[in-house]
Amino acid sequence: MNNDEIIQVKDLKKYFKTSLGIVRAVDGISFTIREGETFGLVGESGSGKSTTAFTIMGVYEPTDGEIYFKGSPLPKSVKKRPLSLRKEMQMVFQDPGSSLNPRKRIGQIIELPLRVHRLHVGRERERVKELLEMVGLPVDFINRYPGAIGGGEKQLVAIARALASEPSFIALDEPTSALDVSMQAKIINTLLRIQKELNLTYLFITHNLSLMRNVASRVGIMYLGKMFEVAETSEFFHKPLHPYTKMLLSAIPVITEEEEKIKPKRVISRGEIPSPVNVPSGCYFHPRCIDCMEICKKEDPPMVEVSTGHFVKCHLYT
Amino acid sequence: MSENLLEVKDLYVNYKIYEGILKVLNGVNLTVKKKEKVGLIGESGCGKTTTMKAIMRILPDNALIPNGNIFYKGRDILKMSDDEIQKIRRENISMIFQDPTAALNPVLTVGAQLMDVIKYSTDEELTKREIRELAIKALKDVALPDPERILKNYPIMLSGGMRQRICIAMALISAKELLIADEPGTNLDVTIQDQILRLIGRLVEERGISVILISHALGAVKGLVDKVYVMYAGDIVEMAPTEKLFSDPIHPYTQALFKTVPKLTGGGIPEAIKGRIPDYINPPKGCRFAPRCIHAMPICMKEKPPLKNIEDEREVACFLYE
Repeated sequence: MNNDEIIQVKDLKKYFKTSLGIVRAVDGISFTIREGETFGLVGESGSGKSTTAFTIMGVYEPTDGEIYFKGSPLPKSVKKRPLSLRKEMQMVFQDPGSSLNPRKRIGQIIELPLRVHRLHVGRERERVKELLEMVGLPVDFINRYPGAIGGGEKQLVAIARALASEPSFIALDEPTSALDVSMQAKIINTLLRIQKELNLTYLFITHNLSLMRNVASRVGIMYLGKMFEVAETSEFFHKPLHPYTKMLLSAIPVITEEEEKIKPKRVISRGEIPSPVNVPSGCYFHPRCIDCMEICKKEDPPMVEVSTGHFVKCHLYT
Repeated sequence: MSENLLEVKDLYVNYKIYEGILKVLNGVNLTVKKKEKVGLIGESGCGKTTTMKAIMRILPDNALIPNGNIFYKGRDILKMSDDEIQKIRRENISMIFQDPTAALNPVLTVGAQLMDVIKYSTDEELTKREIRELAIKALKDVALPDPERILKNYPIMLSGGMRQRICIAMALISAKELLIADEPGTNLDVTIQDQILRLIGRLVEERGISVILISHALGAVKGLVDKVYVMYAGDIVEMAPTEKLFSDPIHPYTQALFKTVPKLTGGGIPEAIKGRIPDYINPPKGCRFAPRCIHAMPICMKEKPPLKNIEDEREVACFLYE
């Protein structure tokens, strides 16, 4: 294993029991995240992106598989993770409206991680102000309540809270999908600036591929709990291999001619992501795939490395 | 002008709330011709939905309209009696709402809701069988498989994409002349959104009806409409044919907005537009974009720039083009 790999996920599985049957939310995925990079996870809703992040963070206990953090395996249960380990990993959620306690002042919200991890003892207040400045918010926000500020500003508060414990890894679950493009630009630029300043590693989840192009260094695409393709960002967008990646890329609405040019030839998107309790046989994507072959209906293809660092899970490439 | 199907003229809408009066729409002007596909873009809270609700006359009770006209085929919707507007909603104009889950009644089957719409969409006495056949046809038109089964289903048993298709089917029953689509499919996945937009495009084309497509997903609008209105803080700031607008936006707001959209070609995300959308209780006196505008001049702070025709089919509200 390379030393620069901060997170290594090996054959991770997370199943949920429901009244309708077992949902294989994450079904045997493997990937690594390198120190200082932004690893992007894309996919349609229900593909298992958030479950992957939640399982890495310890919100869910994995059904099977291993997660390594800086070379050592993470205890399956979050309760067994020492405080020092939890301090290293933080998360920012999609909806800042519900991830901040409406009855606490912003100062109190950001201060809590400092108290839990006993950081900056005696000067917590000053540290909170520094954190607010770091994310570009006015320091007088310290006495306000979340309800009194806008959605984008709430998300910046959530980011300041995540930064408070001085983590080395942050999972960002659709941090801007509830916001307008101009607020999105502000938050993304803040995140990228802080990443450089503090040498942070991000796991960035979004369904917005145009946004992913601009933030991630490598991208993995998920479908029904499986990883379909992993590649360096420019390779992923210029030489997509998996038919699903091509379909997704060609469906993106773009505004300029240059963007139109790099999109794959129009693949008419058809069908919907099937129910996760009743998955298709063979390759999960075969009912929607335009290149479907006989073998695809029977066998689940293995993940193969087509060129250095470009992995794809499709019978076309085996 | 007889070819104008819909003409919104100098429309103002205020909302009365506890803190005061929100002056949301600030003199909106827009026209929709017969068979025309019109886009309306702008960030959330800029008044897109308020404008559409005014057209449908479904604004909430605390909304006031101090000024303005909405002419539909030459007659003012705002002055119509309840019966008249009801008739228009039932036969001429219909709307698709953003959230298909909220738009459908969870305790009634799809069939019950859809057949209700069909029953009241016409003065003719239809038999149950005719209504049912029309409902099945409506579902087939929006490419839903197995319509017989779907009629018996409750909304929760269907996926988001299918619910959105049902809402489109319902709206199309009454939209014989104008369909208003408020962010259709924008909270659905990109492949589903793509399918929904292509479906709307095909159906309005086939039936020769006009459409107003509202969206903050700029690319989605680009692929479907003939002309686009750009809205900022209750004002129409620019209108141009789709190709022209996207290749050469001229209002500083439109330019800034396009820049902040992440591009598939990469290159990072330019800095956001500085400042924030104005407070509607005390909006800026002049141009509402002036406090955030990099080209702002003294006059912009004092006077509201009128929406002016600057070349063929192109309008802009900005003192830079005076």
